[in-house]
Amino acid sequence: MSSDSNGPSDVADADVAEVADASEIADAASGGETADAETQDSPVEEAAKHTPTDVPLRVEGLVKQFGGVTAVDGATFEVERGSLTGLIGPNGAGKSTTFNCITGVHEPTAGTIHFEGEEITGLEPYQIARKGLVRTFQIARELEEMTVLENLMLAPKGQVGESAIRAVTPGLRGEVVEQEEALRERAWETLDFFEIDHLATEHAGNLSGGQRKLLEMARALMTDPEMVLLDEPLAGVNPTLEEKLLDRIHDLRADGYTFLLVEHDMDVIMENCERVIVMHQGSVLAEGTGDEIRNDERVIEAYLGEDI
Amino acid sequence: MSDSDSRPAAAPDSALGALTDAARRSDLGLVLGTLAVIYAAATLLTATSGLNSVVGLLETLTFLGLVYALSALALNLQWGYTGLFNIGVAGFMAVGVYTMGMVVRSPDPAFGPPGLGLPLPVGILAGTGMAALIGAVAALPALRLKADYLAIVTLGLSEIIRLTLQSSAFDTFLRETIGVGTGGGRGMGMPDNPVRELFLVDGQAGTPTPFGDLVFGIFGDGGLGIAHPILIGWGYIGVLAVVLVGYYLLLERLGRSPFGRVLKAIREDEVVADSLGKNVNLVKIKVFVIGCALMGLAGILWFGSQGNVSPTPQFMPLLTFYVFIAVIIGGSGSNAGSVIGGLVFAAALFEGPRRVGGTVRGLIDAQTPPSFADALVSLDPVTLLAYATENIAPLQFVFLGLVLVFIIHRRPDGVLGDRIETAAAVDLSERPNGGEADE
Repeated sequence: MSSDSNGPSDVADADVAEVADASEIADAASGGETADAETQDSPVEEAAKHTPTDVPLRVEGLVKQFGGVTAVDGATFEVERGSLTGLIGPNGAGKSTTFNCITGVHEPTAGTIHFEGEEITGLEPYQIARKGLVRTFQIARELEEMTVLENLMLAPKGQVGESAIRAVTPGLRGEVVEQEEALRERAWETLDFFEIDHLATEHAGNLSGGQRKLLEMARALMTDPEMVLLDEPLAGVNPTLEEKLLDRIHDLRADGYTFLLVEHDMDVIMENCERVIVMHQGSVLAEGTGDEIRNDERVIEAYLGEDI
Repeated sequence: MSDSDSRPAAAPDSALGALTDAARRSDLGLVLGTLAVIYAAATLLTATSGLNSVVGLLETLTFLGLVYALSALALNLQWGYTGLFNIGVAGFMAVGVYTMGMVVRSPDPAFGPPGLGLPLPVGILAGTGMAALIGAVAALPALRLKADYLAIVTLGLSEIIRLTLQSSAFDTFLRETIGVGTGGGRGMGMPDNPVRELFLVDGQAGTPTPFGDLVFGIFGDGGLGIAHPILIGWGYIGVLAVVLVGYYLLLERLGRSPFGRVLKAIREDEVVADSLGKNVNLVKIKVFVIGCALMGLAGILWFGSQGNVSPTPQFMPLLTFYVFIAVIIGGSGSNAGSVIGGLVFAAALFEGPRRVGGTVRGLIDAQTPPSFADALVSLDPVTLLAYATENIAPLQFVFLGLVLVFIIHRRPDGVLGDRIETAAAVDLSERPNGGEADE
């Protein structure tokens, strides 16, 4: 199926090395700090002061209450540029709520969220997406009655034809058609990249679970994001497609995209993410490299001695 | 009208096969084909009663078909494309035609409810604009409400509009404040129809214009002997047909564009549209404004030509449901389908049963039993048929319900079946330049 002969772990290792090359400075700065760290809060704050431009996403003191239930209780973390950061935690740790606060689905009760140096706390989801922070869904949400190509061509921002007047006025429609031709070409190239170009004219509703995940990622990329939030991208995907999806994520990260990956599967996170954030009971329990997390006593305790 | 899609055509067996095949692949062909079937059936039904009956029935069916098609197109933008469940169609039509009437009518109260006395084009613009404005107001709850609740709100709004127009207190209030009236429950007379004035000087029967002379000379008294009102009716149908083409082209262009793509995305899953940076609320407001403006204009063209409008029964919610049935018949989301749905609804479900019933009743030589029970007890099929055709109007609703159930159950995509309505300004059916990685 895939043209490269690397197994998944080889690819992952190679890409981790690549990224280390690409963003040496960032890695050196934060890696050094977290290595010494005993508590997770102060080094994060330090890093925020020292490397603001290399931290596209910064979440500080995030609190979200639903009625009397506190789902997220003062979570603070950041995601470095060009990284593939994993966000894990047991069920009920507040991962999804954090995710929904970042993407604007929920309005945080307290705390701030900064993206690319700009505060995005409480903005509408579409405003956040326009700033280049785009998400996928845990259960792939395709626009089922639309074709795969239409799904992709929906996503890009700055489409002049989204103005009703431009779409219908004879003199202005030429520009719309021109842009559409370019978009169509880009959509085809993106489909090539995810190796689902043979599905281009299918209705998205006819796709399998794994193909939907690929389509969803392709659609997110069509928005030209700075950063992509992946909500359990591997849930319900068969092993062959899982490998393909991970390959694509690593390729894209090598191209400079930043990913925040929410997963409950420890192995996936440990094998693929060079930075891991562990949430527990609504706050960040630990933050660091895979090895640091593996040996962190609080994490082991939170996972009830589960072998990680 | 453009080709709807580019499915490869099967090799046609004959010239007729080629013709029907071509017709099936183009929207214009489908519409004309539907009209041809309707016309043939109507002609057969009235052939024995003379040319005037035939042309008169065709005129009635075409007028109703066109006005339902216009309304269905407007609704299709909101419901078919965007999934906005607007059950207030009748209300927006009433706003359009009443505003037009109040702007154009003479300010002299001697002639009934006073108006502003402005020219007709101003009135038409004002009516369309007012419907758009009320549409924008109706859109505000649409931003927060899910489908069923939006339906209830729009239905309520439509009834509020109807009852307000019916209220004599509102009529008095308007007369005292801005000097125009609605006529309350009695309604108001509509301004003179300019199409009529094209044929007759000052709209007076018996004094034709040179153009009227020419037409009447060929088709009317001087030639085929068709009654003048029917000929004038056909003239108005010409206007409606031009507007219909305009609606169709406008909506096709809207649909086949990035704007149309966002509408489809909102219909499918607005959370996704939102997550991809689309301002869903703004788009919903736009759709309400455009759709309601088109409904208002359809209301003006429809009821403005009827001499007199009154809130009840013309703008009862039943009108809205009829328009919905037209969209459902044609298949929601398809503009060509909405046009065909309008034509088919008007001919086969709205006007047709009465005409067929009347004709069949005329052929049956039997007494009509006084009640359904009597008809049933007689166990005589002729008596039953006599009863059914005599009471076709109420039975029509039963028929309508059955057709609706059948279509939703068996043809959920409408009579045309599943149609590919591409939401892009370019062809998406195949890769341009073949592509390098085609498998």
